[in-house]
Amino acid sequence: MTETDKPVVALRDAAKHFGPVKALDGVSLSVAPGECLGLVGHNGAGKSTLVNLINGTFGPSSGTVDFPGGAGDVRAVFQELSLCPNLTVAENLAMAHPALKGVGWRRPAGAEIRAALDRVFPDHGIDADAEVDTLTIAERQMVEIAIGFAPRGGAARLVILDEPTSSLDEGIARQLLSHVKAFCAAGGAVIFISHMLGEVFDVSSRIVVLKDGTVVADRPVGDFTRAGLVDAMGHVATEGAAQQAARSAPGEVILRAEGLEARRGEVVGLSGLAGHGQAAALARLYLGLSSDWRRGRGAGAVFVAGDRPRDGVLPLWSILRNVSISVLGRGLVDRAAERRLAEDWRKRIGIRTDDLTNPILSLSGGNQQKVLFARALASDAPIVVMDDPMRGVDVGTKQDVYAMIRAEAAKGRTFLWYSTETEEVCQCDRVFVFRNGEISAELTGEQITEERILEASFEMQEAS
Amino acid sequence: MLSRYRIILPVVSLAVLLAATFYMQPRAMSYFGLNLLFNLAVPIALATIAQMMIIMVNDIDLSLGAFVSLAACITATYLNDTPLLGVLILLGLVASYALMGAVIHTLDLPAIVVTLGMSFVWGGLALFILPTPGGAAPGWIRTLMTVKPALVPMAVLAAVLIALVTHLLVIRSRLGTVLRGVGGNARSIARAGWNVTVLKATAYGLAGLFGVLAGMALVGLTTSADANIALRYTLLSIAGVILGGGEFIGGKVSPVGAVIGALTLTLAASFLSFLRLSPDWQIGAQGAILILVLTARLLFSRRGAAA
Amino acid sequence: MTMSVKPWVWAWLAAAQAFAATLVLTSGRGAGELAYAALSFGAFAAIVGMGQMLVITLGPGNVDLSIPATMTLAGTLALKVMGSDPGTAWLGLIVALGVGLAVGCANFALIWLLRLPPIIATLAASLVYQSVAIWSNRGLRIKPPEGLADFATGRLLGVPNVAWVTLVLAIVVWVLLERAVWGRWLLAAGQNLRAARLAGVPVQAVRAATYVAVAVFASLAGYLLSSFSGGAALNMGAEYLLMSIAVVVIGGSSIAGGNSNVPGVIGASLFMFLVVSMLNSYGAGAGVKSVLTGAIIIAIVIAASTRRPRA
Repeated sequence: MTETDKPVVALRDAAKHFGPVKALDGVSLSVAPGECLGLVGHNGAGKSTLVNLINGTFGPSSGTVDFPGGAGDVRAVFQELSLCPNLTVAENLAMAHPALKGVGWRRPAGAEIRAALDRVFPDHGIDADAEVDTLTIAERQMVEIAIGFAPRGGAARLVILDEPTSSLDEGIARQLLSHVKAFCAAGGAVIFISHMLGEVFDVSSRIVVLKDGTVVADRPVGDFTRAGLVDAMGHVATEGAAQQAARSAPGEVILRAEGLEARRGEVVGLSGLAGHGQAAALARLYLGLSSDWRRGRGAGAVFVAGDRPRDGVLPLWSILRNVSISVLGRGLVDRAAERRLAEDWRKRIGIRTDDLTNPILSLSGGNQQKVLFARALASDAPIVVMDDPMRGVDVGTKQDVYAMIRAEAAKGRTFLWYSTETEEVCQCDRVFVFRNGEISAELTGEQITEERILEASFEMQEAS
Repeated sequence: MLSRYRIILPVVSLAVLLAATFYMQPRAMSYFGLNLLFNLAVPIALATIAQMMIIMVNDIDLSLGAFVSLAACITATYLNDTPLLGVLILLGLVASYALMGAVIHTLDLPAIVVTLGMSFVWGGLALFILPTPGGAAPGWIRTLMTVKPALVPMAVLAAVLIALVTHLLVIRSRLGTVLRGVGGNARSIARAGWNVTVLKATAYGLAGLFGVLAGMALVGLTTSADANIALRYTLLSIAGVILGGGEFIGGKVSPVGAVIGALTLTLAASFLSFLRLSPDWQIGAQGAILILVLTARLLFSRRGAAA
Repeated sequence: MTMSVKPWVWAWLAAAQAFAATLVLTSGRGAGELAYAALSFGAFAAIVGMGQMLVITLGPGNVDLSIPATMTLAGTLALKVMGSDPGTAWLGLIVALGVGLAVGCANFALIWLLRLPPIIATLAASLVYQSVAIWSNRGLRIKPPEGLADFATGRLLGVPNVAWVTLVLAIVVWVLLERAVWGRWLLAAGQNLRAARLAGVPVQAVRAATYVAVAVFASLAGYLLSSFSGGAALNMGAEYLLMSIAVVVIGGSSIAGGNSNVPGVIGASLFMFLVVSMLNSYGAGAGVKSVLTGAIIIAIVIAASTRRPRA
């Protein structure tokens, strides 16, 4: 075995227990230089735990994690954004660069982050001296990725990317994927975690499937098919078929705001590149339909958050209280009715818990998202506003929720659904495509195709 | 981007207040007048910087006034009588501040409560040392605080110096940047390999250092001390940080702004005495000025956000 | 979760310990008097403490620093209106509560309309309230009407009347927090204001009501305290600033918001009084008393934090 063939990291029977919970149950795995390992699995399959073991956040409960070439220069770019928002882009890099010391540390830090951004995302347009909280979410994610790949006094040997494209639009995501390929071709190693299977297939040389804390498949990418991969993760593939569910017949127009129009029983999609004003338009629309000061019994609309920690979850509370907050009525809380309602929704939407009084944070991200859906759907509001609610949610949950949305729409509810995934938008009855904060196209019925949406997202033809 | 604008409003409000003061009392527009106007600004500016160090790491210090009083009491007694012992005690105070920061962080305690408890401790120690007002300022501090440099009064010069030093320390240096990073996102700082406990202890230690300096400067001006001499500094320093464009969370602070905020607060008191306002309303008018300046800041930042 | 000891138990245990330590010195004599005094003086701290608790529940940065000024203003104006005339107690109460209402609205207007951080808004506003109190009082010390003074210092079934008032208030606050929709909204807003708003909670109404409530509580405490102590003094609220925050935290409410605890505030209020009287009876000087009070507050916070389950 030559020096270069040594794996960057090798796990042998690595396990991690949190009390009685086996987050990772004996995983053996190695990543060689030049390899891009695609890591897939449902929420709660143990991906984050695996990342934390490799990253050194905590040690294994049993088994070993070895770095034959030394543990240095292993980088992790996490799913949640982890920059200091009050510092500039360059300062954020400097924080993670132990070699920058003494007077005159700013200039090299600025040069390094500029070079790293240019390399990964050509034409990024990000100012190294801008404070991070003046950047969009996509730009922040780009900065974080660039910091991950930047040399920082050494050379990155292994970069772990945990859902790196969740906030990026497709063009930028493609830039990242090609950089990952180039990086691996030059001898670097990458662990790539994503729910976007297309990306995983595109970029990985090998795919590892995790399920319930163990590796259930570890094969070169060529040995997988899309359906086979979904099977391995433990869900029945529903490619295409279920998505052609009958579209409901639209009723009268019940909402006109922000240039959007929605009819009773309609599922209205908002699409376009990430960060082009969809989320802001939805938030304004929702805040306009509800009040800071009053809460009527028949609230006009409910909101399903996609950014759970920021917009959705009430972290100190139980699952029960998180479900019921939007439907409490007036005066004293009817605790029996509250409990019945939550039990009912636990069954209907399949929240995985045996006790609704458990804290909400004991649930995995996907199940927390189900709680947020239950909170919204349990109300009698005729309009449901959804701000990219499938972010980081596994395939199985998605299918459940799609079906539920269709069923509710058939009963006369109206959904306004912003999604960064074109596939989801294609299931809507009417789609508004945003570009630069304005609506650039309204598509209905047969017009809703990926091509038409892309066309409207990019400025391809003459400006109208 | 916004941080660069953050400094404009404090400067403008100080300028407006200064202009109003000169209009009311043209004689204040002189070396002697300025010295009188800003006489008490130096200890307040130092205390404001101390408070800023704590606010920078997302905490708040309710014990600062009591701490400055204690430092003043020690300066007027031990530092004057037995300088070596005095220096040691003051260093011990700085160290205990650092320790307080470490304990707050390691045990994940609410700073507002721990400092609240510590305010009783500092206040009690001060009473212990000086049960009745007394003591004397060491000669060299007295000399330093009353020196009359050419052209610019001591108070103004000292304020500029404090602003400059702390700007270099907090904004430009790597240590200051990391400390602000702790306020911005402590987790990512920890992930990058820093020991956040040490960093928090450093921030608190710096606050202790500036608190001690504030006490020493105060004694230099008043020549004697008492256990309650600086109790109002707790609230003054918080107001100074906010007037100076700082924010309570997120590590967004401006040392230059904080010093200007302290100057503004000092000037407001002098301005009101020129107005010949009934003493009943002096305190209230200070509150009103504070509200007014912050209202201006709101209008300003709205304009900034719209642009 | 339900198995762990409720956080308010520590405050009551500490109060009991301070009580016992004092009685050790007197070999058990004066227990009744001590308990009576603790209930009387603890009542005022408990009333303002419950108000402060509601505000602190609103989440980080929410605190009312105008409590002392509000107490003073309410007490001063109420006594001035009553002018020691018999039969004006209700008028005085209405004036005091009116002051609380006005102060609460003014505080919230500053916070909401001017977007000021609550610490700064209530601090700046309290300076104004203090001036109004100074101006209206002019150094006069007006005695409360006799009937009112008798009520404030009197007892029913051996328990001070002010303690009964506090008990009624405590029950109201507890029901509001634990059983009412309003309490849910308050707790939700305290955990994550934005998430609460997006879940349909009318957050500004909740915040406004909370700031009005704390001011009304403070004004009631001011009214009772000035009746209790035979007149309003300009510095009568001063000690309640730190006290109101201390009892909230010692009582086991989370300073980070979204979590509150009525029994704890009451236990902590008794404790704060009992500690001081314990130190007094051991003959401690002012300095030592202060240092020990501070040390005890910190010790309790540390004890409470090491026992709470880590998230």
